[in-house]
Parts: sequence; structure tokens; C-alpha cells
Amino acid sequence: MRRHWPQVLRTPVGIVGIALLTILLLLAVLAPLLWGDRATATDTGDILSGPSSQHWAGTDDLGRDIFFRTLVATRLSIVLTLLATALGVGLGLLLGLAPLLLPRRLGRIMVAFLNVLLGFPSLLMVLFLAVILGVSTSSAVLAIGVAIASPFARLVHTLGAGIAERDYVAAARISGVNPVRVIVRHVLPNVAEPLVVNATVTASSVLLAFGGLSFLGIGVQPPQYDWGRLMQDGLGSIYTNPLAALLPGIAFVVTGLAFNLTGEAAAGTFGAKSRSRSRWTSPAAPVTVRPSGSGDEEHARVADVLDVRDLHVSFPGPEGPISPVRGVSLTLRTGEAVGVVGESGSGKSMTALAVAQLLEEPGRVTAERLTFCETDLQAGARSDHDALLGTSLAVVFQDPMSSLNPVMRIGSQLVEAARRHQGLTRQEASDRAVDRLRAVHLADPERRARQHPHEFSGGMRQRTMIAMGLMGTPRLIVADEPTTALDMTVQRQVLDLLQETRRDHGTAILLISHDVSVVSSVCDRVLVMYAGRIVEDLPSADLRTKARHPYTRALIGAVPDMATDLDAPLTTIPGQPVDPRNVPDGCAYAARCPLATERCRQDDPVLVADAIGSVACWHADVALDVRIEEEAR
Amino acid sequence: MVIQQAEVQQAVSRPRGRWWTFAGRRVRRLLISLWVLVTASFLMIQLVPGDPVRAALGTNAPPDLVASRRAQLGLDDPLLEQYLRYLGNLFTGDLGESILTQLPVADTIVQRLLGTLSLAVPAFLLTFAIAIPVGVAMAVATRRGRRRRAELSFVGTSIVLSSIPEFVVSVALVAVVAVNLGILPAAGRDGIGSFVLPVLALSIGPAAVMSRIVRVEMLAVLDADYVRTARSKRLSSLRINLRHALPNAVTATLTLSGIMFAAMVAGTVLVENVFAWPGLGSTIVSSIRSRDYPLVQGSVLVYGAIALLANTLVDVAVAALDPRSTIGDS
Repeated sequence: MRRHWPQVLRTPVGIVGIALLTILLLLAVLAPLLWGDRATATDTGDILSGPSSQHWAGTDDLGRDIFFRTLVATRLSIVLTLLATALGVGLGLLLGLAPLLLPRRLGRIMVAFLNVLLGFPSLLMVLFLAVILGVSTSSAVLAIGVAIASPFARLVHTLGAGIAERDYVAAARISGVNPVRVIVRHVLPNVAEPLVVNATVTASSVLLAFGGLSFLGIGVQPPQYDWGRLMQDGLGSIYTNPLAALLPGIAFVVTGLAFNLTGEAAAGTFGAKSRSRSRWTSPAAPVTVRPSGSGDEEHARVADVLDVRDLHVSFPGPEGPISPVRGVSLTLRTGEAVGVVGESGSGKSMTALAVAQLLEEPGRVTAERLTFCETDLQAGARSDHDALLGTSLAVVFQDPMSSLNPVMRIGSQLVEAARRHQGLTRQEASDRAVDRLRAVHLADPERRARQHPHEFSGGMRQRTMIAMGLMGTPRLIVADEPTTALDMTVQRQVLDLLQETRRDHGTAILLISHDVSVVSSVCDRVLVMYAGRIVEDLPSADLRTKARHPYTRALIGAVPDMATDLDAPLTTIPGQPVDPRNVPDGCAYAARCPLATERCRQDDPVLVADAIGSVACWHADVALDVRIEEEAR
Repeated sequence: MVIQQAEVQQAVSRPRGRWWTFAGRRVRRLLISLWVLVTASFLMIQLVPGDPVRAALGTNAPPDLVASRRAQLGLDDPLLEQYLRYLGNLFTGDLGESILTQLPVADTIVQRLLGTLSLAVPAFLLTFAIAIPVGVAMAVATRRGRRRRAELSFVGTSIVLSSIPEFVVSVALVAVVAVNLGILPAAGRDGIGSFVLPVLALSIGPAAVMSRIVRVEMLAVLDADYVRTARSKRLSSLRINLRHALPNAVTATLTLSGIMFAAMVAGTVLVENVFAWPGLGSTIVSSIRSRDYPLVQGSVLVYGAIALLANTLVDVAVAALDPRSTIGDS
């Protein structure tokens, strides 16, 4: 905890909060000493006057100076706040931890009781207690302390119970450590951070509750005065001197802010561990853009569904852009299925998102050419292509459990694109939706269309995603790891459905996967990606026999098949994938490659096409020989 | 596969049943809470130190008057008898009589409660009418680190506004709008204009807090996979934000609305005091000051019951609206 406090001071919010708190504490200590006399001096000749050079905020009904009274009241307001907070936090800790120590049944009853108390607004609790305890300053402290204890206890209990269920705490308990000791040694230190933050925020609400009570005349009693009391006194003369009521009000706001800002800053710092979403935050190496031309054939085919040349995806980093995709070129013909394989971080999903025009700010997509169905997707605004993409391009994502909107019926999710882009009526669209659900082999599609996603299994949801794409006449389905989250049988069904769609509608498929066996079972061609580039492009039939890039070969080696020795450990690729923030100069794979030479480390190989396919490796020939040698052994 | 089918089966058959279980549990908790509330309010008079009637009538009241009032309130009977009579009277809507005015407590409360609700309900609606559009707009505008400055000023303003208590807001509004500008009445209930300031005072703070919650929820939802799916269908951004994202973002916000409404009803105590509003809040404060215990007792009961009912209703309604029935175990 201590190590976090300096961090609080590093944020502007924290600095303001702590500075305000310090000033208030100084005022609380010094104001009564310095100005105590001036705050109580009465002047019957000058009562209820407005602001003047003598009395900056005017005087009250006894001619006392309101400005100094407000300053002096700081002490009582803050002291009472701290007293009540301390009482409430102490009680809350006791009440919150007790269920963890008490026998199970008793503990549960206590938690239930806390829950009941939580149902009542704290102001009501305070009023109730104020009635029983009588109207006085000390009973107000007691009342507020007791009232804030229950929410605090609830927090302590929730946090504490979470910790107490952890293995090491359970272990300590089973091994016979005294339960009180378990709480003090293991539970409390782990929940201290959020509790401190919450206590700070609680203090601010105590300040206001106390002010409220005094303002209502059932808190601090005269001749004592705090800000709430001063406000009530000032309210009577609001027409002649509004400042008399406003000045103590401002004091409330400043003090409340001091507590809240400190709490916010502390919460932000404490929470930062879990909250930070660090994507591309570290320094990036300057990326040399080099078009990797797959200069195999002339791109004269008119039937190309997708034609991408030299695609780059970049994100802003603190030290220059970071590029997870660095010059990818690919074409898909009608009805062609192309797979993209690679480890996570190879840029394959980014490529898919970029192609589907779904990459969001701050990501940036640039390409020499990016045409879909002969339309240049880079021309004009993104929304200009909505109709085309909405009817002809379908996307299936990895996680079927989260890809469908949980609060919308399946039917509504299917019809909306058709209604927008194809101009179908409600009835036509919903008939088509039912028909499409039937086409993806969902039983009882009429009923299914009226259901919500949570009533569907993973495989059914993924088929629904495909049905959603089939609402139009898809020329291309981009499927980003469509089967990763599914078990083997369902995986097969989904892949079969993709094949069927391709056969029936001539739809091209761009299948992204880290699983070589999935890709080779569906696709005609396989593109192997590494560090944001395509390193090999070959027919999937040749994948096992003619792969030349050492990385492709390593990937194949990593796939167990029926011939794999089940007792031997699974082959894995040694080394780490390239960090897109720090791409090496030469061949990106050199550091992990068994064939790497000095040339590989200096010069980046380009994709070169030949009779088998394309490969980007200086040792493409050697690679094949080594493989043959290996097999001979 | 087998397991998955079983899960699906459960998912298909359970929602209705689960909702009923949940609603049943909530109603049970409500009943227990109401019992605690009733008992506490009964005990309140017993726990008051000294003689409550003597305290209410003052030290100069003749002893025979005190004695007859005590007898009238049944304070000399055995505790259990008093408790049972109290419960019985509650069911007939009899909350006793005010010690001071001798008027039936129930009548006073009904009349004053309408005054309070006529502030709390509009303030509650206004809070959402402000918080949801502002929160959604800020989320869409400041998404993915865009417009950092707008984000900072929004969060800053909202923290400052939510740090100001209702009674300070009320006084400030009176000072500026009623006294300085003289546009609206400073106090009392007199026409539509007199509602503006108290309702504003009640809703500014909660609206500031709520709009921040809406924004955070909305930001999380906008990054969800199903929103990406919606974008892949190339829907208009209006439809993506309002039809796909918003309903998912407000479920969490609505869950808090029960607590917020209860807090708002309690907040009327202070606001009514500033605006001299004829509501339950000013009644409870004046009866605490004058130690008119039967009236305090009745007011506490009504306030508590409103809070409990609001919480339960909202929870059950949200569970019914949310097809996922995620609240199941809470």
C-alpha cells in the first residue's frame, strides 16, 4: 500500500486532492487558535450585514463575522467527520470479518442481516438512531458511525470472503492456525488497498451526512457550530446576504472534493494494475516498408473476389508506429478457399480485420491495392461501401459465445442487415432469416429465430453467424479462427458447413487459423504468416511434402497426426514469436531458425514464386533437402 | 459434447424457472426486511431514554395529562401486548395519533408523502433523462483514447458535481436563480415553477454519477465482440450504438436505480427543508425536533418501506428484462 501512495501524488488529480486535504488539516489545527476570538466576538451594532471590508462575508444575527466563523468551523467539521468515519470503519471491519470467524450458520445469518440493513438509505438510519439517542453532537457521531458501518462491513465481507477462499488461506486454516491470526496475517493485508480507498470516499459522505444533520438542526447544537449549522443560520438571511449560506456550502464542496479526488486518484493508481490495456505501448523499431511482390502470375483475372496488394496495418506507439502487418498480398478467386496460418501475433487476425474493413481507430490500414468484387475499398468513405460489404462479405469470429448480442433475439440479429442493405420488408426479411437458419441445419428454425443467444450452444451460435452472412449473397466469408472455441465434433460440422456454402454459392473463404490441420482440410491454398508477412504460399495438398520455409515445416511438425508417436512429447517451435514492436533487420525468423546464416540475419528475404508456390527464405532449396534427409533417417 | 448438450438443455429450460426462484428469494428478503423495519420502528419508542410522553409534552405538563396520554398510547401495557397491537393496527392502516396534534398519523403521512413523491419521481426521471444521453454521447466521443480533453473535463465536472451535497446545491440554486435572478420562487409549493429548483437540486448529483457509470458501461460494451459483429453487418452507427450497445450498457445502470431512488427519497428530507416544501421530509425533521414519536415512527416506517420496495422492484424487473438472467446468484 505504502508503495502506491507516491503514485497517487504523481497524478494531477492526486496532487490537488492531497494539497486540499493538507490545507484543510492546517486550517483545522490553526484556525481556532488564530481567529477563535474574532469568530465569537459579537457586535450588536452591526448585525445581519452584507459583505464589507471589515466583514468579508458579512455578519450573523449577533454581529459575528461569518468568514472567520466558517474558517474556525473547519476544526469541528473535520474532527467530527474523522471521528464518525473511524467509528464506522472500525465497526464495519468487526461486522464484516465476524462472519468469517463465526460458525457457518451464524455467519450466514449475520451476512443476511447486513444485507437487510443495506436496503435502507443511510440518512434514514441516521435519523432513526438520532431519535433513539437523542439530539446532540455525540449521538450524531454515533448515529452516523453506525449507519455507515453496514455498507463498509458488506465491502469488507465481500473482499475478505474472496481472499479466505483462496488456497493458501484455506491451507493455513486447515493446518490449525488460529482463525483470528489467519484474518490478521492473510486476509487483511490483501484487502487493505480497496478498503483504504473506500474509507477515503466514505469520509467524504460522512462529512456531508454530518453537515446535513446539523443543517436540519439535529446534529451539532449551539453554541457549538459546524458548517452545516452555519448554513442553516445563513439560510434565513439568504435574501439580504446569500454569502452567509454559500460560504459554508463552498467549504463543504472543497472538503468533499479533497476527499473524493484523493480517493479517485488512489483508486486509479491501485486499480491501474488490472485496468491498463497495454497494446503497442513500448518503443517501436523503425519499420522499413518493402513491398513483397508475389510476382507469380498476371493479376488479369476478372473473377477475383479479393485482391490485396502490399497491405500494412499500423498502430501509433509512443516512439513511432508499430506494424503488426507489414506488406501482405493475397488474391482470392470465386469459390476459392485460402487459409492463413501462423502463431498468435503473426498478424493473421489483423490481416483478416483489415480485409473486412473492421479495424478501428487508432489502427491504420494502407495498401497499394485493396479491391473487393472489383470495388476499391480505399476509395471514398468507409460508409460508401456499406451496402456492398453488408451483402457480399460475411465475417465469422472466433468466440461464438460473445459474437452475438445477448439481449437481442436471433431473428432480429439476422434480419437487420438485410433490411438495411437489401431493402427487404420486415416479413420478407424474417422469412429469409428462418430459411437461412434452416440452411445451416438448425432444427426448428421458426422457434430458434425467436430465441436469445444464451439458449444456443457454441456450435449453434457459430452456425447462426454463418447464417447471418448468408442473408445476403456472400462472395467472401472471412472466418477468423471459427472453430477454435469448439470441440472436435462441432468443429467438423462448422467446417463442413463452410465447405457446403462454398460449393452451393461459389463463396470464397478466407480461413484464419493457428491450426494447420483445420486449414489444410478446407482450403485449396495455404498462406503461412510470420511477423506480419507471408513467408510461404503453397497448395494445401503440398503442405506436408513440399513445404520449404523452415517455419512452415516447424508448424507442420507441431501438428500431431495418426503417425505421431503418442509417447513422445509434442513438438513445439523453440524460441519466441517476434514482438511487432521490435522486428529484427534480416529475416524475422532467423533467431529461431536452424538454418539461419549471417545473410539471414542481415538481409530480409522476399517472397519468390516458382512452380510449387512462393517462399521467402534464403535457404528454400536447402530446406527441402534437409527434410528429405531427415525422412531418410 | 455431452456436457455441452446438457448445458444447452439447462439454458433452454431454466430462464423462466430461474426468474421465479430469483423473484421468490427477493420477495422473501423483502418480507424479512419489512419485518425488521416494523420491529425497529416499534422498538424506537421503547428505546427512547426516559418517558417519551413526558419528553414530548415538556416538563411543565400536568402529571395526569401525561398519565392519560401514556394510557392512550398503551405504553403501560406489557411489551408483547403492545407489539401485537402495533402489528394489528398496521394491517388496518392505523399508525396511531400524533402526541401533539392528536391527528391520525396515517392521514398526515399520506398527505405529506404525495408532496415528497412529487419531487422524487420527477427527479428520478430527470436523472436518467440526463445521464443516459450524456453518458452514451461521451462514451462514443471519447472511445479508444479519442478527445482526451473532453474526457478529462467530463470526468472532472462529474466528480465536482457529485461532491456537492443536495442541500448545498439547493442553497446555491436559491441564491443564484431565486435571489439574484429572481426568476423562480425560492420556497414553497406554488405552481410548476416552484418544482424546478428542488427537482434540479435532487437530480444534479445523481445525474453526474450516473452519467459516468453509463459511460464506463458503454465503453466496455462498445469493445464487445457482438458490437464488432454488428459493425461487420455494416449497420448505421446510430443503430450500432443505440440498438446493439445501449441496452447492454443500461442493464447494469438500471440495477443501481433502486438504490438511487431510495437515496433520492431520503435526499428530499434535506431539499424539502431548504425549500420549505410540504413533504414527509420536513414532517420527519420537525417531529424529531418536537419529539412527536408516533409521527416519527410512522415516517420512518414509510421511508423504509419505500426504499425496500424500490430496491426489490428494480431487481426483479431487471432480472425479467435481462434474458441472460445473470443476477441469478446475487
